[in-house]
Amino acid sequence: MSPVAIADRVREHIVDMCASPDGGHLGGSLSLVEILTTLYFEVLRVDPRDPAAADRDILILSKGHGALALYAVLAERGFIGVSELRTFGQPGGRLMGHPTRAVPGVEMPTGALGHGLALGNGFALANRGRRCFVVLGDGELQEGSVWEAAMGAASLGLDNLTAVVDRNGLQLGSPTEATVSLEPLADRWRAFGWTVREVDGHDPAALAEAFRPVEPGRPAVVLATTVKGHGLPFLQGRPESHFAKLSERQHARARAVLRARQARSAS
Amino acid sequence: MTPPARVAYRDLLIQLMACDDRIYCLDTDTGLFTGTDFGAAAGRYVNLGIAEHNLMGTAAGLAASGKIPFVNTMATFATTRALEAVKLDIAYAGLPVRIVATHGGLAAGHLGPTHHSLEDLAIMRALPGFTVVVPADAEAAREAVAQSLEVPGPVYIRLGRSATPPIGAGPTTLGQAQRLRSGGDIAIFTCGPHPALAALRAGDQLARHGVEAAVINMHTVKPLDTAAVLAEAGRVRALITVEEHWRCGGLGGLIAETLCEHAPARLVRIGMPETFAQVAGDQSYLLDYYGISEQEITTAALTLLSDGTITGGTRDDPDLSRV
Repeated sequence: MSPVAIADRVREHIVDMCASPDGGHLGGSLSLVEILTTLYFEVLRVDPRDPAAADRDILILSKGHGALALYAVLAERGFIGVSELRTFGQPGGRLMGHPTRAVPGVEMPTGALGHGLALGNGFALANRGRRCFVVLGDGELQEGSVWEAAMGAASLGLDNLTAVVDRNGLQLGSPTEATVSLEPLADRWRAFGWTVREVDGHDPAALAEAFRPVEPGRPAVVLATTVKGHGLPFLQGRPESHFAKLSERQHARARAVLRARQARSAS
Repeated sequence: MTPPARVAYRDLLIQLMACDDRIYCLDTDTGLFTGTDFGAAAGRYVNLGIAEHNLMGTAAGLAASGKIPFVNTMATFATTRALEAVKLDIAYAGLPVRIVATHGGLAAGHLGPTHHSLEDLAIMRALPGFTVVVPADAEAAREAVAQSLEVPGPVYIRLGRSATPPIGAGPTTLGQAQRLRSGGDIAIFTCGPHPALAALRAGDQLARHGVEAAVINMHTVKPLDTAAVLAEAGRVRALITVEEHWRCGGLGGLIAETLCEHAPARLVRIGMPETFAQVAGDQSYLLDYYGISEQEITTAALTLLSDGTITGGTRDDPDLSRV
């Protein structure tokens, strides 16, 4: 399957899960799709038949509210069954709104923001021969703990650590720049001792290139420019996409839009 | 339709800000204030982004300058993520910050343990000088917020997420327990909306078994209305506490400590057993699954009164004492 086709399937799963009774974090999951599909299908050394393999690469989804994208990608990659996605948020199931370690392929529970990069420091320090990716939200960068970890990683020279920022520009209620400004973001990471790569976060080929191994002695950050709600024109780029309980009508509309998009890209 | 307590609080806060220019509303991208019109007070609404330590420190600095900050975040972030700032910058400095924490207990439902708050009451009641309030409905939340302005020290107000029905308690006065139901066989102490509602339903069920249960709403966890607790304990054969909190250290622990010091009595603490939620599900499902429920209360009461052996709940919890 092509990267575009995989991403299309993942988007459909995300939309389906947001039609569950309690809803889910739609916009920030849709912005993540190509980041996660590229990592899981092109970059990470992981084995769905042996999720705890001693030589595996590590991915930590620090923006845990992107769980829908992670579950969908884990399902497409074979860590869990695609049919389990229907249990998202349902009583008695294991697919909660934020990732838990009960789900094969999930390394650490996340959901409270600002924890993942420090966790990545620990994994990268313990496993210098393996790569560790930490995917962060841009709003999450307002947490001070991110910058403690950023200083720490550069100081430790963790060149097997790559941070990926899903730079969709929006947090829950408003644009990041209208809330607590993050710019000049690339300069800030550089000043903290990181190699910075800026990329279109919806372009699988560009992402794969940006995820290549980094300079010796320095951690790298990929600033991936994305669109919150990407793929659903009636929601994308709007803060309202942050969390959604799609009605039957909205769900049908979202699926129709995604199907039309797939038809366009196939032709 | 009664609004969620957090919406009732928001609307009252906007009114209070219009009347008192010392009041600030500090937000952390909660969404609660999105689209809200603060009118002339707009300059006193500050969204500090996703940064809870900065939130608490900023609030302390404002309070030390004579302002009255209301800070807004989820209960788990207020009390665990930002705890050192709460402890030192607010409690130790003795500053009148009002922390209004939403999504208390299991209110975040399927969002899971990162968003549940099951230890906040234990933490907050341990901090010297804090007043700790768990309103049981939207009206009680309004009254707690209004009365907090008269409290000289810091205040923690724990709210939920979704709307709940009124519990019919009548006027709330901080520090004074409310008897929601009278009965001479067993006393059930609760805090928060779901425990109070479950206890009231259990009271009805117990009456059908010939058991008269008193239900006492302990909306102010700290300072505890010790006199009310001891008075009820003296009237009944056994006591039960019910809370949306781990059994360790919250209302049940507080009442156990109080009884042990003054008037030892038979007590069962109902609350979340010692586990993070292991399953998805909404708040009502999780409350039922983990035994913070009418049925659990009824079973505990009947077993206590028949002198049977009972744990703190039907789910095994080896770290907690058996009665």
